[in-house]
Amino acid sequence: MGDNISIYISKALVKARWLMKRDLPPPSLSPRDWSAHPAYVHPAYQSTVRRGPTKPLIPLKRALQELAAPVYGHDAIGPLDHDLTRNAAMNGAPLGERIAVTGRVMDEDGRPVPHALVEIWQANAAGRYVHKVDQHSAPLDPNFLGAGRSLTDKDGRYRFLTIKPGAYPWGNHPNAWRPNHIHFSLFGQYFASRLVTQMYFPGDPLLALDPIYQSAPEGARERLISRLVFDAAAPGFALGYEFDIILRGARETPMEGRK
Amino acid sequence: MKLGQTPSQTVGPYFAYGLTPAQYGYAYRSAYGTVLAEARTPGEPIVLTGRVLDGDGKPVDDAMIEIRHADARGRYVESSEQVEITGFSGFGRCGTGTDRDNRFRFETIKPGSVAGQAPHIDVIVTMRGILSHAFTRIYFEDEAAANARDEVLASVPAERRATLIARREALPGRTAYHFDIRMQGPQETVFFDL
Repeated sequence: MGDNISIYISKALVKARWLMKRDLPPPSLSPRDWSAHPAYVHPAYQSTVRRGPTKPLIPLKRALQELAAPVYGHDAIGPLDHDLTRNAAMNGAPLGERIAVTGRVMDEDGRPVPHALVEIWQANAAGRYVHKVDQHSAPLDPNFLGAGRSLTDKDGRYRFLTIKPGAYPWGNHPNAWRPNHIHFSLFGQYFASRLVTQMYFPGDPLLALDPIYQSAPEGARERLISRLVFDAAAPGFALGYEFDIILRGARETPMEGRK
Repeated sequence: MKLGQTPSQTVGPYFAYGLTPAQYGYAYRSAYGTVLAEARTPGEPIVLTGRVLDGDGKPVDDAMIEIRHADARGRYVESSEQVEITGFSGFGRCGTGTDRDNRFRFETIKPGSVAGQAPHIDVIVTMRGILSHAFTRIYFEDEAAANARDEVLASVPAERRATLIARREALPGRTAYHFDIRMQGPQETVFFDL
């Protein structure tokens, strides 16, 4: 009798652990790690001076941090949305160096974040954005929009095909040029695990001079640099860059009482 | 061993064709828009407008505002099936670059009370010059009794609570609320560590 109960309990525990690991979002979200994120006001990036909040943030109690991420419709992703080399082609292929960009979205314990919507946008190979207010004189490419979206698979992996974005000048300081970068926007599982960031390329000499990249604390900013990975390439078509994204995940002691 | 969080970076000035393309007239579908509810959605239709003001009090023309809130009965949207049944998406996104006065504008329904909290809207604020997005909350001027009992409002210093209250506006045929977000200054909006 006692044995039966203990077998039953241990089976239930195994099942509960399995559920926690495989199906359920982490029960309690870890805080934003401010040692990894830039400060609101970073004077080397001039626009922050009059736009970044200056008063201390007010803590919100933990239970209120667990609002789930927004849902997206079944038709949110079109068949070419992940392929920026084709998703805006008018009469040919976009110019520039084709690249594959892939990576895994995970939490801080390395658990994959499946079914997450990943949105990207970027300049074209000449360093020009389609955006109407971009005044840079570099040419637009009629076959390139520079926007895409993808859903992560069960392992948290996303994949895009695109064109390597060019560097471009901006008005922050004399001779300011942004390093090559791709903008990323994603939610993960929670409203509070929202992340807007930028992916950079290895070996770019502009990184050392870029106040936006440099705004992320040393020791954390290196996570924004993708890696050239041959397994991620599309052979004979595009080099591959890998960029893993780590979002806030479960606290170490998820069962502790909630304040 | 824990993996380190990927640092946040600014959304920059050129997000519109990636994140809010339909609103700005680009030939690309938007994943999320400015209309959260349909005519058939149960609840009181409301229009929510506001501006984002920088430290000089100047309206920001390249901010992106995202809102998330519960339906009229206080339930959050949890599946796309639910969206199809109710016509309520529960989430919206709007840039401030298409309105003459650089307002954001959402059409939605007034949220109900969730778990004893006063009716409110969760907000994410981001723009060029914001390196890590900011979280705030919108409460409603005409919910004074519920606001007085709300734990989150109570946790905010009394002199700053007014920065979280949307003003009710008379608009023909529809309830409207206005909520300005002040990034800096003596009336700086309360932002939360969420």
